[in-house]
Amino acid sequence: MTDPRDVVMRLDRITKRFGALTANDAISLTLRRGEVVALLGENGAGKTTLMNILFGHYVADDGRVEVFGQPLPPGNPRAALAAGVGMVHQHFTLADNLTVLDNIRLGTESLFARGTSHAAARARVERLSRDFGLAVHPDARVGSLTVGERQRVEILKALYRDARILILDEPTAVLTPQEAEALFATLRRAIAQGLSILFISHKLHEVMAIADRCIVLRHGKVVGEVATAETSGAELAAMMVGGEIALPEARPATAGAVLMRLDGVTTPDKGAAPGLKRVTLDLRAGEIVGLAGVSGNGQAALADLISGLIVPASGQITLGAPPPRWSPREAIRQGIARIPEDRHKTGTIADFTLTENAVLEGYWQPGFSKAGLMDWRAAEGFAQGIIAAYDVRCPGPGARIRLLSGGNMQKLILGRVLEPGPKIILANQPVRGLDVGAIAYVQSRLIAARDGGAAVLLISEDLDEIMGLADVIHVMSEGRLSPGFARGTRTAAELGLWMAGQGFDHAA
Amino acid sequence: MRLDPIAAPSLRRQIGLPALALLTTVAVAMMLALIAGANPLATLGLIAKGAVGSKFAALETLNRATPLIFTGLAVAVAFRAKLWNIGAEAQLYAGAIVAVLLGTGALSAPMVLPVSALVAMLAGAVVLLGPVMLKTRLGVDEVVTTLLLNFVMLLFVSYLLEGPMKDPAGMGWPKSAALIKEARLPRIVDGLRLHWGFALALISALLVWVIQTRTTLGFEMRAVGQNREAARFAGMPVNAVLVKTALLSGGLAALAGWSEVAGLKGHLSSDLSPGFGYTGIIVAMLALLHPLGVVATALFVAAIFVGSDSMSRAAGVPTYIADMLLATALLFMVLALMLTRYRVVWK
Amino acid sequence: MSDLFDILLSVSFWAAAIRIASPLIFATMGELICERAGVLNLGIEGIMVIGAFAGWMAVYLGAPLWLGVAAAMAAGMLFGLLHATLTVPFGLSQHVVGLGVTMLATSTSYFAYRLALPEVTSPPKIAPFAPMDLPILSDIPFLGPVLFQQTVLTWAALICAGLVGFVLFRTPLGLAVRAAGENPAAVEAQGLSVTGLRMGAVIVGSGLMAVGGSFLTLSAFSSFFFEMVNGRGWICIALVVFGAWKPGKAVLGALLFAAFDALQIRLQQTPLGAHLPYQVFLMAPYLLSILALILMSRRAEVPAALMVPYRKGER
Repeated sequence: MTDPRDVVMRLDRITKRFGALTANDAISLTLRRGEVVALLGENGAGKTTLMNILFGHYVADDGRVEVFGQPLPPGNPRAALAAGVGMVHQHFTLADNLTVLDNIRLGTESLFARGTSHAAARARVERLSRDFGLAVHPDARVGSLTVGERQRVEILKALYRDARILILDEPTAVLTPQEAEALFATLRRAIAQGLSILFISHKLHEVMAIADRCIVLRHGKVVGEVATAETSGAELAAMMVGGEIALPEARPATAGAVLMRLDGVTTPDKGAAPGLKRVTLDLRAGEIVGLAGVSGNGQAALADLISGLIVPASGQITLGAPPPRWSPREAIRQGIARIPEDRHKTGTIADFTLTENAVLEGYWQPGFSKAGLMDWRAAEGFAQGIIAAYDVRCPGPGARIRLLSGGNMQKLILGRVLEPGPKIILANQPVRGLDVGAIAYVQSRLIAARDGGAAVLLISEDLDEIMGLADVIHVMSEGRLSPGFARGTRTAAELGLWMAGQGFDHAA
Repeated sequence: MRLDPIAAPSLRRQIGLPALALLTTVAVAMMLALIAGANPLATLGLIAKGAVGSKFAALETLNRATPLIFTGLAVAVAFRAKLWNIGAEAQLYAGAIVAVLLGTGALSAPMVLPVSALVAMLAGAVVLLGPVMLKTRLGVDEVVTTLLLNFVMLLFVSYLLEGPMKDPAGMGWPKSAALIKEARLPRIVDGLRLHWGFALALISALLVWVIQTRTTLGFEMRAVGQNREAARFAGMPVNAVLVKTALLSGGLAALAGWSEVAGLKGHLSSDLSPGFGYTGIIVAMLALLHPLGVVATALFVAAIFVGSDSMSRAAGVPTYIADMLLATALLFMVLALMLTRYRVVWK
Repeated sequence: MSDLFDILLSVSFWAAAIRIASPLIFATMGELICERAGVLNLGIEGIMVIGAFAGWMAVYLGAPLWLGVAAAMAAGMLFGLLHATLTVPFGLSQHVVGLGVTMLATSTSYFAYRLALPEVTSPPKIAPFAPMDLPILSDIPFLGPVLFQQTVLTWAALICAGLVGFVLFRTPLGLAVRAAGENPAAVEAQGLSVTGLRMGAVIVGSGLMAVGGSFLTLSAFSSFFFEMVNGRGWICIALVVFGAWKPGKAVLGALLFAAFDALQIRLQQTPLGAHLPYQVFLMAPYLLSILALILMSRRAEVPAALMVPYRKGER
């Protein structure tokens, strides 16, 4: 049965290689007017690369793109915008120090224009805002907006430029379930106005809710294309991973003694990021505590606190007894293993070797140095051990760590913090950006650590991950910590309400 | 245009591109000679002859290299930790001042040389510590503060030489009293104009290399320089490391001034340094911040300066050709180094 | 103390302050444009030198004064192009390239000067910009000498500052330049070229810096001599910070600074000046600049992407 609607965008055998890696392999797909098409795939499947090619950030090695019947000049965001393609990036492309209006207006007027029509632009933004249900303050500084508000600005940018095709890259990754609903409402209005939508997601239940059609990518190729009405979440998941990699499930556990306690801890706000507000939290041996919540609600402050980077302004940290001067080194001394949120920025030093990265935290200890002199042989031995035990694919311990894939980098970080046998593990977004195989590995190691008696604090934006792994779930909203909910006692929707800040008013 | 990282740069690339940078600099030298109305090849020859063509010339080059090794090391140590120490000039003069303060009779042998060297290092360290503390405590960029202090220090030296430190036996030209014999660095070989400062410079380079590659402090300095945030997260005491880096860097720069006074000149005048502090930046960058490489590039740079002085007297091409060549070499070298690690892709 | 008041109330002091501020205003505006686009231009000191030299040389060879200014601007833009090419598309360290450009521009100036005039001992003078003589305005008491007897070049500096402010904050081009310094990804996503904007900003900014340098030879000193810029470039970097990257405040900073400089020169003639060594007075500008940096250190107004090279599509 052929779809009678017009084709608004056609991709014809798009191919893109990065060195030896083929990110997109002869991908062909069509998008019709008024359609919502979801692009699915695990991390590394090639979705973002494809979107970047569509929008002109990358140039394809082969193949072509046609928009409204006209070929799209490659590698030219300006041409894409002129053709009516608008992109809502996963990592928002907004200038924090400029206003909402300025961000939207940027690049829409000729650079040779003498002045700028402020009033007209503002009126237009306000009209679009009303028509599509995207509430914003045009004069607000973008740096002061919440994540949800910023996404609205991103979308308005595209609508302001008369986009007829919207590309959204993981739009709900940073939203609460309620905010995701609001986004879908906006998308439905856009469809009603004649726009067509292509979006990337790995959240199957959302995809099933809004998409007309699903296209599944795996290892850079299209492996399946189905109408949502004719498929199921399970079938899509199977297509995405192409096999039987089952994500580990944690068996119920019995919690032991309290290993670390935060007692009424408050920390100051840092710009738009809220500090902790009288947070009380217990980490018990043999228990995984999951911290749910949209990023930007205090998780960074909590992670920084436990990592030793900040100290409480009021309240106390106790590890058996209150520790002396709190610092990252003190946290390491106390047996806290920290897996940082950003393995490139904070977790590793790109041009250091695997050996150097392996001893980044422990180099000062008697095993690796003596009287200020490094024992590089011992360090290399340690690195070799991690490489073997954690299956880190690499040219060798003397190779620069920037050559490794994200998954292997994460495994090295995991190895260096878990090898000393820590009592407490802080895992901050540990599987973000990893492929399914690496995700399964990291999660199984965390579960194994828990089974060995460690206390694990898992911070994740992925509610499914938290609900699958955690024994106790807390929610963070604006720096406040919800009470703990035992596994299985709350649904995603209920947790979503807490994420939106609703439960706290009653509890307070 | 895009830059793609190259996973494993070939040896041909790693050696070929820097060599190309140097060749291009030579071509620029010849072009400048031509503009000045001199024969390009002859000019190059005169520079080479003036640098190493006689025993006198070679010793002059080694002498000129001594302060450059010290300031080169100072800059290399600092830049590796991403500490932009552009104030080596001021730290150099601090060391020179101490050499005079302690070397004109305040102390006597055998203490005077080692004590004055140590105090000189301390003085240089203190001069750099100010901007570094402003950086760690208040976030004030150290580039401009260290630069401005150079001018302040030069004025201070001028004040000292016209006032408290003025040579009573001087003929009006502002300079300090001469150092006593015990406070002078002896010659390495009697009869040759090379003083022990050169040997000290070589030893310093070796020590810095050992520190950087074999000690925990060196590891911390390299980590802080490459990714301060990751170093902090891993538990390294970042501010303490920056302070220690400043102490080492400032101390090394001070030794440049100290050895010039105690070894070469025997007194302090306001023209002690023709910009050794700034040239140290070129020495360090050409050596890729490697302490042992600094020795080689310092010798190279010294040869260019000494050779150009001599060539200029003979052929009339202005001596500033040396500064132009070195600045050109610096820019070409950083470009070449980037190209060894990235490939240029035209979409 | 009464000496101080006498100086502060004198016409010659205020006239001198505005005169001393003029080269600083040009150079500060130049650096401000570069930094607003996200590029720290440490070549400023050297570019001022070559601006001073090129302007002077052109006039010495017979060109009219305004052509000298144009020559200076061209020289500055050339070195700006060098800096921009190495730091923007090639993404090299802005610190190292800036220092390299300063060294190259300075040594080029000295080399060319020595080539042109190999035997002179005292630098030859040229006929500089004359003070304006406007029919009624120049005769107003106090304001007349202070404002209307300045050279045309001084007025050009003030107008330039106003123009920079207008373009940066009231035109689409200015918005694009500022966005390039805040978040280059945002600029690319809106179809503009970060490379083009940043390179353009550095080239234009460097041209202005060179014009500032030419003020020294074509207006202030009438001849070119070594060490003439004497750290003014670095002081202008401090002034950009002091002005929180806003043209209006930066100009005020330049005026304040120039006032101090004018004050310091005059204080040397007073009894106080006899007590203190003259070097203390000469140190004052540099120490003041450091103080300005300290005072502005806690502010968060720095352009967010300053000194961050933009690598397109970096994985």
